[in-house]
Amino acid sequence: MFLYRTLIALIRPPYRPYLYLQQLLQIGVNSTLVIALIGLFTGAVLAVQGEYTLSKFGATAYTGPAVALSLIRELGPVLTALMVIGRAGSAVTAELGIMRITEQIDALRSMAVDPIKYLMAPRLAAGLIAMPLLCGMFNVVGIFGGYLVGVGLLGLSPGTFMSQIMSATGVVDVWSGFIKALVFGLIFGWVSCYKGYTCGFGAQGVNKATTQSVVTASVAVLIVDYFLTSVLTRVFME
Amino acid sequence: MRNVHKRFGSQVVLDNISITIEPGKTTAVVGPSGVGKSVLLKLIMGIMTPDSGDIWIGDDKITAAHSESQKNAIRQQLGVLFQSAALFDSLTIYDNIAFPLLERLRLSSIRAHKKVLAIAESLSLTEYLQNYPEQVSIGIRKRVGMARALITEPKVLLVDEPNTGLDPLDGQEVYDLINACKNQWGFTGLVISHELPEVFQVSERVAMILQGKIIAEGTPSEMIASADPAVQQFLNGRTDGPIKIQ
Repeated sequence: MFLYRTLIALIRPPYRPYLYLQQLLQIGVNSTLVIALIGLFTGAVLAVQGEYTLSKFGATAYTGPAVALSLIRELGPVLTALMVIGRAGSAVTAELGIMRITEQIDALRSMAVDPIKYLMAPRLAAGLIAMPLLCGMFNVVGIFGGYLVGVGLLGLSPGTFMSQIMSATGVVDVWSGFIKALVFGLIFGWVSCYKGYTCGFGAQGVNKATTQSVVTASVAVLIVDYFLTSVLTRVFME
Repeated sequence: MRNVHKRFGSQVVLDNISITIEPGKTTAVVGPSGVGKSVLLKLIMGIMTPDSGDIWIGDDKITAAHSESQKNAIRQQLGVLFQSAALFDSLTIYDNIAFPLLERLRLSSIRAHKKVLAIAESLSLTEYLQNYPEQVSIGIRKRVGMARALITEPKVLLVDEPNTGLDPLDGQEVYDLINACKNQWGFTGLVISHELPEVFQVSERVAMILQGKIIAEGTPSEMIASADPAVQQFLNGRTDGPIKIQ
């Protein structure tokens, strides 16, 4: 019901573009540094692990695709979602929770301003837009990190590394990652807004809501990821 | 409001409460903490729904409004000063005061600007307009809350515990402010308070709630002269008497 009301509020006027831009800045732009950093080192670790495993089969030439496919299909969306939930989701829940306990949400309603439209819809939209974009950035930086380690430290051929990625990675892989990121963006916005909006009384209420928000959203991402992977793999294979 | 009844689980908070406030007059609802005074306010705002009974704001029955948009249409007649002022801490004081004009009435920023400056001048807030709420005292915040509540010229002003968190001087200033605003804007008022006899300064009538019921109602002088032991205990701030401290 909460998600339905928020989605309806997204469509209905009046539109307040500045609120959406403000949330995109807070949830999206302010997360770029941490996402880039995590992406860089995830790609680097994947290159080291991939090269080690593939060397046992004499297939180190496939290190590039191993890095790229792991990132694009799986680790990119999941790690981006977990990082955004940890960084921005907790902030969204805490902010809304404090607004709830200090009667700011009641004040909005008393002024005939719908808090679902004014507070929740911009945050949900920002999650839906920012998550795929951050995920795309995570993938690009991650592949770059893998390239730096694979080519620079492990001595893999730069041409082979990149050409194998190009030949092994298809549009379906990118679509698969994009759909996951979009769904995780929805989970992020839904859970963090709902937990903040329904926050209990006092500092303890905010504390509890914030913890529940991060745990619930993170667990939901991992569970939904399994089902999405199963469905998308089957759909795209057909 | 007529025969308003509200319970949370097995606890009856309001039991067949009926209050009528004449247009242009102010009624204070008083009683010890936790008797449901703030719940009453939320019922009037349509933030909570009573289990039974009807609440009118002017000719509009807010208890008959089922959707938020129907309630919002009725809420346009309300201005509310919350206990902690409930200012938006991410906005400056200027933006807080302009908020209902821009977001509720959808006025242009030029028209809103003129109104904000005018009310800020009336309530001596001009020098604080560029500050954020956390940068000013609670007394100033209450004044900002009053400016935000009154800027849309509501027919009804609801005030929740005007003195909470204030020292006696700031508290008196809030009552003076309510009286000054009453004279200037002439609204119908409902003040929720446990501050007796201070709240008598701003109210033509007083209703006292205890255990979910109105146990006494009248003018401030009638309340002072009341023979009801609970009223006298509450008025004189005694711990012994029919009101048990929870």
